[in-house]
Amino acid sequence: MPEMRRIKQRQDRYNSVWEWANPIKFMWFSGVALPWLVGLTVLLMGVGLVWGFFFTPEAVNFGSSVKIIYVHVPSAFMAISAWFMMLVASLIWLIRRHHVSALAAKAAAPVGTVMTIIALLTGAIWGEPMWGTYWAWDPRLTSFLILFLFYLGYMALWGAIENPDTAADLTSVLAVVGSVFAFLSRYAVNFWNQGLHQGATLSLDKEENIADTYWIPLVIAMVGFGAFFVTLVFVRTRTEIRKRRTHALEMRERMADA
Amino acid sequence: MIALLTRDLRLAVRAGGGFGLGLAFFLIVSSLVPFGVGPEAEVLARIAPGILWVGALLACLLSLDRIFQLDFEDGSLDLLATAPIPMEGTVAVKALAHWITTGLPLVVAAPVFGALMNLPQPGYVWIFVTLLIGTPALSMIGAFGAALTVGLKRGGLLLSLLVLPLYIPTLIFGAEAATRGIEGFENTTPLLMLAAITLAAVALLPFAAAAALRINLR
Repeated sequence: MPEMRRIKQRQDRYNSVWEWANPIKFMWFSGVALPWLVGLTVLLMGVGLVWGFFFTPEAVNFGSSVKIIYVHVPSAFMAISAWFMMLVASLIWLIRRHHVSALAAKAAAPVGTVMTIIALLTGAIWGEPMWGTYWAWDPRLTSFLILFLFYLGYMALWGAIENPDTAADLTSVLAVVGSVFAFLSRYAVNFWNQGLHQGATLSLDKEENIADTYWIPLVIAMVGFGAFFVTLVFVRTRTEIRKRRTHALEMRERMADA
Repeated sequence: MIALLTRDLRLAVRAGGGFGLGLAFFLIVSSLVPFGVGPEAEVLARIAPGILWVGALLACLLSLDRIFQLDFEDGSLDLLATAPIPMEGTVAVKALAHWITTGLPLVVAAPVFGALMNLPQPGYVWIFVTLLIGTPALSMIGAFGAALTVGLKRGGLLLSLLVLPLYIPTLIFGAEAATRGIEGFENTTPLLMLAAITLAAVALLPFAAAAALRINLR
């Protein structure tokens, strides 16, 4: 039945995830999704942060300084997630050669860097009244500093190479190797001591999470930061794709002139 | 591969600047630190293993861009790429040559420079052992960084920015093993971790470095 086969083929084509790697398709989808994403980001971040800042009780022993967790925890979470997303996007580029994937990894790097800086800064501001010091060579703090260095190296390599495909290849290799070493460093700094930082506050498999009054706005803020990250990556990836297109147009014109 | 190794060694020795420079740099770092922190024997003795490790690491970093850069400029890297030995082998041999010309002299000299830092008695052995185990990883990781940046105009600074974060685990375990050994604690675990990093780097990084070189030679 040729009719059935054609339908099946069409379904296969449209059901494939790789469909979204097509730049035109990506531009269409991200263009439609962006206003919604922006709205979602504003809503969730607004609700999470306002709720967290103004409508949660002040914790005993902590005072109002505890409220910085509504920025600190989500940004730290996004800093790691962004690197992980870059790793996956790099692997997709290396294996399947989808340009959008490489550009998305490039677009995510500065966002992840800023998230890392926010996490480090808010941590320092919070640490001063709590632990009496802005900085300590505690395993978690140290691994974030290392993550920051990896982001810097990754972006510097993107900036240094002129040929875009070469740059995408080399940064992808760096992202893969760097992930292994970042993980190793995380393990290595654990060697020193337990450090000041408290253990994981949120986990799915543990009973004693922080109280619900703090937990719910925190989760909302985290999802909001996630939406914020996706929004920024979409905007930046669209910019990168347009930059590529204008570059291609310029090249074509120059070829026509010559 | 042996021919390539002897060629690289001969070039490093005869062109000069190979190991002499790294060693001199290492000496300067280990003598600058006492100027900076003051000559108290106890303070120096406590920071000596860490400083020696950092110094060795920086000295290693200094000569990394020479691994591929000169061969890239005069075109012999292209010949090596088309030669019958696989690219991974070329990378491994080049890293080995770098280790023999830079890492090994540092390992031998470190206990001597340790005397400048008032390194405690058992420290001579431990610095030697940890550096001997750890420096091959430094050369191999460095070769990967050099492969990434080989085609670039001002690759040197970028190379340090890329390679230094990759050095962190090696440095932590190496310095930790040396410090614990000196203080008489159990240090088998960091030593084993250090050895594991070296072995894994030597086994896996040639593939990543060869991939990066192929991309750069495209």
